Amino acid sequence: MIELEGVSQSYGGGELLSGISLRLAPGSFHFLTGPSGAGKTTMLKLCYADLLPTSGRVTLFGQDVRDLSRDGVAEARRRIGVVHQDCQFLDHLSLAENIGLPLTVAGREAGVADLKDLLGWVGLAAQARSLPPSLSGGERQRAALARAIITSPDVILADEPTGNLDWDMSLKLLTLLAELNRMGKTILIATHDLNLIRAAKSQVQARVLRIKDRRLQLAGADL
Amino acid sequence: MRRLIFAQDLLMRFVPATAADRVVPPTGYTAMLTTATAAAMAFLAVFALALSLAAGRVADRWSDALTRGATIRISAPAEQVAAQTQAVMAILKSTPGVLDARAFSVDETKALLQPWFGPDLPVDSLPLPQLIEIRESDGGGFDPEALRLRLTAEAPGAVLDDHLRWRRPLAQAAERLRLLGLMSLALIGAVTAAMITLAAQAALAANGQVLRVLRLIGARDSYIARAFVRRYTLRALGGAAAGTVLGMIALAFLPAASEEGGFLSGVGFTGLDWLWPLAIPPLAALVGFGATRRAALRVLRDGA
Repeated sequence: MIELEGVSQSYGGGELLSGISLRLAPGSFHFLTGPSGAGKTTMLKLCYADLLPTSGRVTLFGQDVRDLSRDGVAEARRRIGVVHQDCQFLDHLSLAENIGLPLTVAGREAGVADLKDLLGWVGLAAQARSLPPSLSGGERQRAALARAIITSPDVILADEPTGNLDWDMSLKLLTLLAELNRMGKTILIATHDLNLIRAAKSQVQARVLRIKDRRLQLAGADL
Repeated sequence: MRRLIFAQDLLMRFVPATAADRVVPPTGYTAMLTTATAAAMAFLAVFALALSLAAGRVADRWSDALTRGATIRISAPAEQVAAQTQAVMAILKSTPGVLDARAFSVDETKALLQPWFGPDLPVDSLPLPQLIEIRESDGGGFDPEALRLRLTAEAPGAVLDDHLRWRRPLAQAAERLRLLGLMSLALIGAVTAAMITLAAQAALAANGQVLRVLRLIGARDSYIARAFVRRYTLRALGGAAAGTVLGMIALAFLPAASEEGGFLSGVGFTGLDWLWPLAIPPLAALVGFGATRRAALRVLRDGA
């Protein structure tokens, strides 16, 4: 699905990530953890071709990202659902339209029933017609999750998806991601919330990756 | 202005918005500026077009209608006029390219002078030159220099006026005027393209976040560009249509253009020429389409 081979990423001269190798196999469930500023967001950005690696190779669905055209990147992103940390929406469209947007831009019709189910599930049915700026941080985060999964993507990447959620909602979100994983989706969640990772252990076979000193380590054992 | 917005509305309704249009937030004020500028440019284009057409007509008239004619004027002492006239007629008969020649009678000469000197001029007492009118044949006409040489030798009082002398600068001036008109049209097109590019660029810059979000959720560049392209194409089309109509109305109220009229009364359209300005709105739309598409794809490639 997504493969990183010896990837390094530098920002303004300083190296942030170095020699990262990772293979997200179909149906796998990964957590990515590490102190803030360690490069979790950067690593996710490499995974959906928002950044090109300074060195090394990133492969999306069997294609080197350097060889992808801009349309190729767009196609790849339709198969990757991303929950961004700073969930951005189109502020002039209603929440329902925003959530259906990935389908709209792909030229597919958003099924009204599916959209309603999804909105109901993330607890935003009442806000379907609201504009994004009127939502709370937690509501925006849930909406971002709904938008990320509406296309039923093969891979779901989430950057601190529970950052603004209370514990109940965090668990609910985790349950949804676990459910999606059981349906065969590949999941990668960047989080610094160790409780969330512990809670996940009972639901899915999750592997925990940690970024430490610019390198990626398999954590697991110490949790 | 209100009428302009109405035309805009009508167009927008006529061409239904697609999902791609909705992803870009609506813009009010700058949209009006684009439409108004397109209208002004189309208005100017109508006049530039009318100018070039009129200049073209004049140039054609001067270089075509008068090419076929020439005049020989014989100024000689009274007793020699008849002899020289005969000599000239003989020369003309044997000159290749001359279809026929005719000496003016005294009455005809009088009639020619009458508008200038009035009917009471005692023409008989004046040493009027004898005029001979030459009609050239279609195939290129005669060689004026050769004819002039023969005339000097055989009829020293005869002067050939092949109309070229005064016709050429006039035809040239008209030709230049036509060129200027066409250049103005090209400039108007370029300014319209530049203006729409600037407006589209501003809209794209103001919607940076929209572009970024759309890219992140997998929209292709062409999809995002479409929303902007449709808007600016319709604005250019609507504005230009309004400007063209106004320009045509303004021209219709000028004194009628006619083949015979002088140049000033000739700025306007005659007959089928009225169809020309109808090409302005589609061309403006085409310019709007191209300019916006280029701007959008460039911004997308550089930024989001």
